[in-house]
Amino acid sequence: MKFTTLTASALAIAAATAADARDQIQIAGSSTVLPYATIVAEAFGENTEFATPVVEGGGSGAGRKKLCEGVDENTIDIANSSSRIKQSDIDLCAANGVKEIMEVRIGYDGIVFASDSNGPDFALTPADVYNALAGQVAKDGKLVANPAKQWKDVSDKLAAQDILVFVPGTKHGTREVFDTKVLVKGCEDSGAQALFLAASAGADDEAKKKDAEKSCMALRTDGASVDIDGDYTETLSRIAANKNAVGVFGLSFYENNTDKLKVATMDGIVPSVETISTGEYPVSRPLFFYVKKAHIGVVPGLKEFVQFFVSDEMAGPDGPLADYGLVPDPDLAATQAAVEAEAPMGPLE
Amino acid sequence: MTDITASQAAAMPPSTSSLLAPDARVRRRNAAEARFRSYGLAAIVLALMALVWLLFSIFGAGLPAFRQTVIQFPVTLEAGKLDKDGGRDPAALAKVTTVTYAKVLSASLKAAIADKGIQAEGLTDKQITGMFSQEAPAMLRRAVLADPGLIGQTITFDAYAAGRIDGYYKGRVTLESASRDSNVTPEQLHLADALKEAGMLSTPFNPGFLAMPDASDKRPEAAGLGIAVLGSAYMMVVVLVLSLPIGVAASIYLEEFAPKNRLTDLIEVNIANLAAVPSIVYGILGLAIFINMAGLPQSAPIVGGLVLTLMTLPRIIIPTRAALKAVPPSIRDAALGVGASKMQSVLHHVLPLAAPGILTGMIIGLAQALGETAPLLLIGMVAFVRDFPAAPPAGLFDPASALPVQIYNWTQRGDPGFVERASGAIIVLLAFLLVMNAVAIILRRRFERRW
Repeated sequence: MKFTTLTASALAIAAATAADARDQIQIAGSSTVLPYATIVAEAFGENTEFATPVVEGGGSGAGRKKLCEGVDENTIDIANSSSRIKQSDIDLCAANGVKEIMEVRIGYDGIVFASDSNGPDFALTPADVYNALAGQVAKDGKLVANPAKQWKDVSDKLAAQDILVFVPGTKHGTREVFDTKVLVKGCEDSGAQALFLAASAGADDEAKKKDAEKSCMALRTDGASVDIDGDYTETLSRIAANKNAVGVFGLSFYENNTDKLKVATMDGIVPSVETISTGEYPVSRPLFFYVKKAHIGVVPGLKEFVQFFVSDEMAGPDGPLADYGLVPDPDLAATQAAVEAEAPMGPLE
Repeated sequence: MTDITASQAAAMPPSTSSLLAPDARVRRRNAAEARFRSYGLAAIVLALMALVWLLFSIFGAGLPAFRQTVIQFPVTLEAGKLDKDGGRDPAALAKVTTVTYAKVLSASLKAAIADKGIQAEGLTDKQITGMFSQEAPAMLRRAVLADPGLIGQTITFDAYAAGRIDGYYKGRVTLESASRDSNVTPEQLHLADALKEAGMLSTPFNPGFLAMPDASDKRPEAAGLGIAVLGSAYMMVVVLVLSLPIGVAASIYLEEFAPKNRLTDLIEVNIANLAAVPSIVYGILGLAIFINMAGLPQSAPIVGGLVLTLMTLPRIIIPTRAALKAVPPSIRDAALGVGASKMQSVLHHVLPLAAPGILTGMIIGLAQALGETAPLLLIGMVAFVRDFPAAPPAGLFDPASALPVQIYNWTQRGDPGFVERASGAIIVLLAFLLVMNAVAIILRRRFERRW
């Protein structure tokens, strides 16, 4: 039959071409690093003879897992990650033959609280956020279920507006930073942590501390704090629909939507590329990508791409990444040297 | 009948009402009828309102994507900047990056502004550069590399305006919002107005939206559907080439040749069930079989096509069998009666008569596959792809995007310009679906025979 011969020949050609080598870099991982990676990939494809890398999102954890699937054409070359690689990932990598990984820190990302641009100003502290959002807060030396209804109840300096905060869902890397840099900090500052420690039934100090930390991260469940599992675009549209709400965003997302959003200060510091790079603004995290060293020399342009990514023209203070909201790494020169030497990362401390 | 009515009439007390003046019961029944009708009418009105609202919001947000603000000005391609050696050596020319081209564009724009006598004091060089898209230097570089003879000349160049300037002429950006926006200043918008007055800035139809590849988050104005349309087309070709012969062969066998037993019953039930399986399940299956086991590349249209074939097959077999079943047995009997073999009766008589029905089913199956997103998410089609795939068959293995996942991808981007792009892409997808469904209806109307 005509069709069967057609199908058979199509499949035969398919099998033959599949054996060809891949000529473009494949990248997957964090959706926070995704825009930076696409900006660099675009410029790389434009200005070199290499193909434009293919960049996928999917989340930091998923990206690292894909990186560790093995060493061959069908696995990715670079995993973007908004948090540091975990020991479990390294073990998985080692089990699949991925022995050497290069760790490249591209810069820092700030996490900001922002509300509708026509609403009142917010000057927050970690303790304010904790007292507004935690399940249990310290009141008169006792732990009580969070009674705050309005921001005014939390601090006299804040507006008389109902508390409603859109917090990134637990699968987001942003949530981890929010938990450790805002909630736990606010928990300590407000005195709730001491009470949690005292109330903990943990066996030793270590267990008690862990227990207290977990209690510090427990958010209220009465609807004042809403987990957003989608992207920042979802948080933005929710704020557009509910003008009283405050959302948690990445700095770069806020910088692209300054006409709609008004940013809150933290401990009196306005978040910006400058205040984050000096460390004044407290809520930030490093961004990484991980390179499979075995693919350097196999996939054309891989090393050139990594070098291009961390070059001063891209990741430097005047580069397009900083323009988009990436906080440049003050130690970029060290990273460039490490990339040049193809230094694999050592064991985690 | 008459007996019953008669006996009932006898049993009932003599009625005082007339047929012309309705009594309470009749009125209640009439009222119930009117209510019932109004429920149905309300349902239709509600559905229509939802449709109108949907179309209104999509077209309102998406139509501007088909137009693009461009700034037209003379660009002097100085040999001293673009080709220092003067040898026009392609390798040396390729070393000059878009950064240099951006400076060339910026200097030329500045000169053009001064030439027209437009006041541009208070605008920094960075703000002047910010008037045009970062895609513009890349386009200029491509033009120069394609024709090195341009170096040293002054050409008229159409540079895409930056996303926010573009948004200003589409109502997305206002002077008031610009004052709060860190990406654009009101002064830049005033300059844009002055350029428009001088005839250098216009917002014509933008074929680039349909032809250009995706672009990064920094240049929403340059993002296009080229790769997505091509990727979708490749996948549809794969689906057509595989599912038409397989689907038709399976249907003919099941309908004409297969013995009726437990096994064929089981197969039939399973086909009906498979047609109702959520499409994401096929994505998981495709990831496991085609990528992890068979080792086919990620983000490739061939994998997308194979997954969509799996999904479409049962949806094609069912209408195909219905079309075969609709051919009356007398046709088969007559063919067999004059001595045709079973195969001849099927191929010469039944299949041609069922063809319009089969084609309609096929087109509707393809249209469903075209709009399918979920299984493609799992096989890496939601990627940033900027290089066009090669011509088939090799191109089937190159990374590509697809229309529905491109929409999904754009809705997740930070820059507000991508909202417009995503809605524009929805319009394109809807247009494709409408055309396909219209073709299916026309085929059915023209060729379908009823017995």
